[in-house]
Amino acid sequence: MSTANGKTNGRAMRGLFGRQPVAVRVLVMVLVAVAAYMLPYVGSIPLIGPQIITQGIDWPSALFNMSYYVLLALGLNVVVGYAGLLDLGYVGFFAVGAYCTALLTSPDSILKTEWAWLYSIPIALAITMVAGVLLGWPTLRLRGDYLAIVTLGFAEIIRIVATSTDILRGERGFSSIPHPPGEGTDGKPIFGVADATPYFWLGLTVIILVILGVRNLDRSRVGRSWLAIREDEEAAEIMGVRTFKYKLWAFAIGAFIGALGGTIWAGNQNFINSATFQLQFSILVLAGVVMGGSGNIAGAILGGALISYIPDRLRGIEAGGVDLYEYRFAIFGFAIILIMVLRPQGLIPSRRRAMELKDREKEVAPQ
Amino acid sequence: MSEPHIETPEQLDEANARRADVPIPTGPATEEEPRSGRPADPDALLEVDDVTLRFGGVVALNSVSFTLRKGEIFGLIGPNGAGKTTCFNAITGVYRPTSGGIRFQGESLVGKKRHQITTSGIARTFQNVRLFPEMTALENVMVGADAHHKTSVISALFRLPRHWREERTGRARSLELLRFVGIEHRAGEVSRNLAYGEQRRLEIARALATNPTLLCLDEPAAGFNPAEKVDLLNLIKKIRDTGVTVLLIEHDMRLVMGVTDRIVVLEFGKKIAEGTPAEVRDNPAVIAAYLGVPTDAA
Amino acid sequence: MNFSGLIQDFGPLTIAGLTQGAIIALFALGYTLVYGVLRLINFAHSEVFLVGTYACLIVWGFFGLDQNSATPGMGAVIGYLLIGLVAAILISGVTALAVEVVAYRPLRRRNAPPLAFLITAIGASLFISEVVGVLTHRNQRGVPNLIRPTDVLVIGNMHITNLQILIIGLALVSMFALDQFINRSRLGRGIRAVAQNPDAAALMGVNKSRVIMLVFLVGGLMAGIAAVMYDLKIGVTRFDAGFILGIEAFTAAVLGGIGNLRGALLGGLLLGLVQVYAASLLGSEWLRAAAFIILVLILLFRPTGLLGESLGRARA
Repeated sequence: MSTANGKTNGRAMRGLFGRQPVAVRVLVMVLVAVAAYMLPYVGSIPLIGPQIITQGIDWPSALFNMSYYVLLALGLNVVVGYAGLLDLGYVGFFAVGAYCTALLTSPDSILKTEWAWLYSIPIALAITMVAGVLLGWPTLRLRGDYLAIVTLGFAEIIRIVATSTDILRGERGFSSIPHPPGEGTDGKPIFGVADATPYFWLGLTVIILVILGVRNLDRSRVGRSWLAIREDEEAAEIMGVRTFKYKLWAFAIGAFIGALGGTIWAGNQNFINSATFQLQFSILVLAGVVMGGSGNIAGAILGGALISYIPDRLRGIEAGGVDLYEYRFAIFGFAIILIMVLRPQGLIPSRRRAMELKDREKEVAPQ
Repeated sequence: MSEPHIETPEQLDEANARRADVPIPTGPATEEEPRSGRPADPDALLEVDDVTLRFGGVVALNSVSFTLRKGEIFGLIGPNGAGKTTCFNAITGVYRPTSGGIRFQGESLVGKKRHQITTSGIARTFQNVRLFPEMTALENVMVGADAHHKTSVISALFRLPRHWREERTGRARSLELLRFVGIEHRAGEVSRNLAYGEQRRLEIARALATNPTLLCLDEPAAGFNPAEKVDLLNLIKKIRDTGVTVLLIEHDMRLVMGVTDRIVVLEFGKKIAEGTPAEVRDNPAVIAAYLGVPTDAA
Repeated sequence: MNFSGLIQDFGPLTIAGLTQGAIIALFALGYTLVYGVLRLINFAHSEVFLVGTYACLIVWGFFGLDQNSATPGMGAVIGYLLIGLVAAILISGVTALAVEVVAYRPLRRRNAPPLAFLITAIGASLFISEVVGVLTHRNQRGVPNLIRPTDVLVIGNMHITNLQILIIGLALVSMFALDQFINRSRLGRGIRAVAQNPDAAALMGVNKSRVIMLVFLVGGLMAGIAAVMYDLKIGVTRFDAGFILGIEAFTAAVLGGIGNLRGALLGGLLLGLVQVYAASLLGSEWLRAAAFIILVLILLFRPTGLLGESLGRARA
């Protein structure tokens, strides 16, 4: 894939950050994480708070929505941003994860296992990863645009299977999917129906773990191999990169993260049916990844959050007698064009590692 | 597949300091490989045996045979379009020969995957520089060094000791190689920002990082001025002195004469001459080929 | 599995499949043309089609035609059809150009990475379909009964209707005209030149910008024709009609070999056939799944589609 001359606006800032000692950087990261955990209370900040929070949907729910969109964006970023594989059917993995959880936990399932939510997770993740590998094995040899349409087809097939087979119950769906476990000090379950805040915290915790994992991969031979594949696949192979293996891993990791999103989402919703997994959903997540800045974690987070936040924020707002929520996707579509035209490399361009490496050089040089 | 040792910076330092025949080690495993085909020249490293390559009706290579010996600098020359790069691509697995065999250290390369050919000890550069443009110079070289690394995705994910160890040695070795080719000061620069000559050198460093026994250079001096060409010749000699065999493609005769031990001349996909630089220079078929006079030999 | 049904109805199914395929093929041309020149998936092409399905309805509405109107006389029908076609072609063509100017050109100027184009196209697609959705309150809109399907040709159990003949005929004529245009005219030569080698074409004085506008326009015109045929065949349209059929059209383009005009025709017809056969065999809900499975199988054996990719070598 060709690379255009990247805008490096974000570079100065990141350079400043990159030059700080490790301790400072860790501290900043911890502070950012703590601030993220405090987001449900942002409404109580005077003046600014009320502008930020959503009106048509309660703020914790909007935050939870953002959290699984961010999770999906992080997963898709591995596939699209790192390995450069255009996946238009990412929602398929989300669906497989959610359905696995539903099948194992819901009383409606023919399996009648009715497991606790927590126990279904490993199985759901494993099955989805296998699905990723099974999809990738025959298709990753195809060139980019063909891969795009095949992945699109995969998501459609998942949806059609969900709609038309008895096991997956179509529109009737699965009800009574259990919530995550845990009781508060008052004896009430932590993960209830009334307040979405604990789900947001759960989502955020998973996001942080995923970020750490993805970051580790990115800064290793795995990330280098992905970047090499993205920039010149043939040259990468001639330099000894096992391109197929790494592409398959990107798919499997993307599937894993997608399934995580799916299981958490199923645990929050209680109910899933085939109508939830529309293709538009994948497209939306992809738009988030690229808009935020394909190939970097901060960009995926920002993009994922925006694709959920913009429509939710427009809920319940009237302007000139029209409910903006009606127009949310139209406005969103327009926003996407605007953002991409103004910043073709995404909001946070992936001029990633130059600064870090300079930093690491210093560590190496005195040896 | 053989898995040679990881090169340590000490070894390379030593090699540089003495310019002696301290080979960039490829590990003992290669000695134990089952040898296929006929036993040939014991010094033979690469045997190109009667290779023909057709694209549709076009014969790009016509029964080309030659043998590279360990430790030499071997020139593959010929006018533009003679099939030099095609030959190169057949060796490095980009094309599959229509007929004929290619053996490296006694083992057939035909049908091997490209990354297997690389890990078995053949590295190459490209006629049109093909670096990874968004990566820094150091990272480009580290991709080459990764060819022999064994860090799995899982150990990278959890940062297991092997990841740290290989990152550390890989980075150190990559920096050594950047110093070896003379662009260490540019290690942190994104490679598309490097000057043209630096990019060419970086490609050589990246190829060397894969620990090759045989290094194939495809017109490495293209676009260089005379002073740069001299520097490059010295670098090639320096590489040979570390024990790496070099296959050099070039259409500039004079450049090749100064550095190679033996030369094969191709024209229209056929071998028209083979021998030492002096022998080749006086060969009438070669002179004709370069002056464009059609001869019966060609 | 309903094999006997498939065998028994093979003739009628084939005709139905070809009709569906003809519409898909015309729609697919837009994807293939843009891809051939720009190497990009024009995601917004589905909405170019969508506005066409509404354009003719609105124009027919001016003449007081709606889904409850009685079928007018023969002469009037031809008149209405022509007016509808012109309206759809015009609006689709203009929309396609607008997409090019708004979503593609600014990025091209800034030398953006290929993914960025895909995303702006997605944005444009979302914008257009949502605006249509809001304006129509997300309800479907019925099509006037301009042509009442009647059998005009009966071969065995194969009943071919006037509508089917019209659709297949119109599609073939349009495809033929386009093929001639690309392969014979001066502008067509420019398109082929840019498709084969943009740099060389630029050096030879071909105006790339104009060629790009031209392929968007031509793709839009074809989508407009497809839109009218779709209205007549299906009888209703809705704000998401473009998205759904667009995926099938794109599949067809890839199936035949994206970038290849004749590939789009072949892919479209093949896809139409596969869909109706599969629907008869497995039930209508498998219609779209079957198309994708066939696509995957074909790509595994012919990674560049059935006829290969080149717009330039359309005869290959």
